[in-house]
Amino acid sequence: MMKKVGILICIFTLLSVGIVLAQTPKKGGTLVFGRGGDSVGLDPAYETDGNSFMICDNVHEALVFYKEESTALEPGLASSWSISPDGLTYTFKLRKGVKFHDGTPFNADAVVFSHGRMMKERKVKFFGKGWDIPKQERPPEYWVSMEMDNTIDSIEALDEYTVLYKLKRVEAPFIANMGMDFADIISPTAFMKDPGGAVRNPVGTGPYKFVKWVKDDSLTLEAFKDYWDKAKGPYMDRVVFRVIPENSVRFLELKAGGIHICQFPNAADIPMAKKDPKLWVPTQPGMNIGYLGYNLKKEPWKSNVKLRRAIAHAINRKAIVDNIYQGMGEVAKNCIPPTMWGYNKDVPGYSYDVELAKKLLAEAGYPEGKGLPEITLWSMPVPRPYNPEGLKVGVAMIGDLKKVGINSRIVSYDWGTYLKRQREQPEDMDLFQLGWTGDNGDPDNFLAVLFDGLANPAVRTQWHNETYHKYMLDGKQTIDQAKRAEIYQKALQLMYDECPVIPIAHSTVMWPAVKKVQNFKLHPTGSVMLRSVWLQ
Amino acid sequence: MIGFIIRRTLVVIPTILGITIIIFMMLAITPGDPAELLLGERATEDSLEAMREYLGLNKPLYVQYGIFLKRVAKFDLGETIWTRQKVYIEIMERFPATIELTLAAMIVSTFFGVLLGIISATKQYSWFDYASMVGSLFGVSMPVFWLGLMLMLIFSLTLGWFPMSGRLGVDIDLTIITNFYVLDAILTRNWAALKDTLMHLALPAIALSTIPLAIVARMTRSSMLEVLRQDYIKTARAKGLSEVRIVLKHALRNGLIPVVTVVGLQFGILLGGAILTETVFAWPGIGKWLFDGVVKRDYMVIQGGTLLVATIFVIINLIVDVLYAVINPRISVK
Repeated sequence: MMKKVGILICIFTLLSVGIVLAQTPKKGGTLVFGRGGDSVGLDPAYETDGNSFMICDNVHEALVFYKEESTALEPGLASSWSISPDGLTYTFKLRKGVKFHDGTPFNADAVVFSHGRMMKERKVKFFGKGWDIPKQERPPEYWVSMEMDNTIDSIEALDEYTVLYKLKRVEAPFIANMGMDFADIISPTAFMKDPGGAVRNPVGTGPYKFVKWVKDDSLTLEAFKDYWDKAKGPYMDRVVFRVIPENSVRFLELKAGGIHICQFPNAADIPMAKKDPKLWVPTQPGMNIGYLGYNLKKEPWKSNVKLRRAIAHAINRKAIVDNIYQGMGEVAKNCIPPTMWGYNKDVPGYSYDVELAKKLLAEAGYPEGKGLPEITLWSMPVPRPYNPEGLKVGVAMIGDLKKVGINSRIVSYDWGTYLKRQREQPEDMDLFQLGWTGDNGDPDNFLAVLFDGLANPAVRTQWHNETYHKYMLDGKQTIDQAKRAEIYQKALQLMYDECPVIPIAHSTVMWPAVKKVQNFKLHPTGSVMLRSVWLQ
Repeated sequence: MIGFIIRRTLVVIPTILGITIIIFMMLAITPGDPAELLLGERATEDSLEAMREYLGLNKPLYVQYGIFLKRVAKFDLGETIWTRQKVYIEIMERFPATIELTLAAMIVSTFFGVLLGIISATKQYSWFDYASMVGSLFGVSMPVFWLGLMLMLIFSLTLGWFPMSGRLGVDIDLTIITNFYVLDAILTRNWAALKDTLMHLALPAIALSTIPLAIVARMTRSSMLEVLRQDYIKTARAKGLSEVRIVLKHALRNGLIPVVTVVGLQFGILLGGAILTETVFAWPGIGKWLFDGVVKRDYMVIQGGTLLVATIFVIINLIVDVLYAVINPRISVK
């Protein structure tokens, strides 16, 4: 008996040692990341696409970080921050001993420079000598679309490691914005040496530093030896991002061992990847929403809630997710993803119910669709992160609408024209498909930006609802997150009742990788953080 | 002869000017707004306006064309809309890759095409003739996309003889001088890189060569058949010359004239970028770049790229015409 126990203890000890050994990050090696497209540029202030941010994520850092697998915030280049009681002043205490890749120190002036260069009116104050910030290259896209000029009044370096932001208005999502890529801190010294060159020669404080970029082919980073947070990485010597445009070829390369991680494979290849003993499939629910909107500028959509709800119940969203998203998604109940705070799980969601739809349709004044002319259903011509095939989804919806007696047809344009005409909400548009990928993990970034038509004529759905508008204002002006979550939950319930759009699905991101890639986590924001990734 | 060359060269200028006007008009009638595509779902009227202003899209079309011509006259193609880089830099980074691939494909297709054509012509109606002509029919009609994937599956994934995609292995270091990797490897005496880049070149070159190979083979065959029936060939035979000498020395020179045209034209077409081959094999060339430019409505890429491709095409045509005159002096007299 004792012998058996002894053996068991031995086995247990060996196993736990094994587990510990297996989980100790190994240093060295080159990771090859296979992606579908090249980066457009590498200056975080001006980029707008995922393949550019993917590099910025590893070369640059911001004052606040998002946690590994959520959009909760944690200290980044700022070790702490405080907010004044009136919510108008943010004071960031910066981390000491952080260096840029060019050897210059990270300090408050670098922060003032990095953000100041995006301001329209540069109300900035350096602590030291500072720099004469050059003219903007073009409108800094995210700074503009996150309305930072309407939010920030001035930026001031109080001492070498303290920065103070004075706001023009109370804006609760401000702190979450500070974690976005556009808010990354760059080396002012490197930037001033060659202002035009920052777009292809980035210098930040991140775990990996830029080495070379062969356009449309490969981009190489190497470990930054003086990285400030050695406990977290970097572990690998080099990372090479290879461009392999064709999805099936990229997956073949993964199988052949030419790359270690395969971005956006064809949905059909996922089951194969799951079966392959050499591969695993990192998975993350995407922070996005694909929805079907109504032209709320015109009747009958504008005021007939029952008609809107009838359509919501007529569409079989589960079939769309199963067959067109090929399982890489989930049916949406709310217009924000379930991983986000403020999500209202008590909202029942629109069930697929043909009888109920017919009943609502009759109550709306269109029994069996009579009296409703043929309606147009605008469908996207290009795959988007929130909807892999807009046209196919459109066809499925037309079939569903036909079942309750509504005649409809697909309308599509090239992507640029689609976006432009959709925003104009023309007479010939009845229903339209569109969606959104979140920026900063704040519900405001979905609910206000997409649906509060009273706040801004640029809001694409143009829903005008006083109560909803008030919720959105309250949400922005309340600092306490628990209170904000309550407000957004109420807003989501209101949306369910009023049905200004039909939430269709949140897509799921699955990027297969070879097993030797350890600790790789997909982030809801779509960031690719390789700081703590290692190769076995 | 010299007068002929000068005359032909002068024709090039109005041709290229005409091309720029056509490109510009086509862009004007194509729907889609680059600012809208650049900003996507998050575009607002204000941000769009600012972006259009910045890109100069607010100006009337003839003004934009004037600006474009003025720049071209100064050999400046401007900056791309998306990547904010000089267009000529973007071209210089990608064009060598396309030239390298095209040269490799054309060497393969010309050598094997002419060889197949000659053998087929001299052994007309033999099994070899039938086989090679049916084979070339396959070559012309084979989708490059499918062929590329098949080559990869067989020679990379299963046999492991060749790398699957890209231009150079990620573990190979090569000092870039000219951006022609084969040349750079030779210049720096980096034999490992030379081997690696040639191995990377193999599959895309084979995939790309099938169509021109088939065309060249069929052209050589029919042209050689015609020449071999001429009286002077009979004379040569009557003199008792060996068959090899007759075919290679007497017939081939005349038989090659139409083949030169075909090779030249195919070369020009491939230089414009082989979008499919480049996409399948992740080959960072000009074709994919230009295609992306069209999709993203990057006017600067489209203008710069098409101007370059058109100019090359026109120049190759010019060279072919001159070569014609060299091979057959009667042409320059006309």
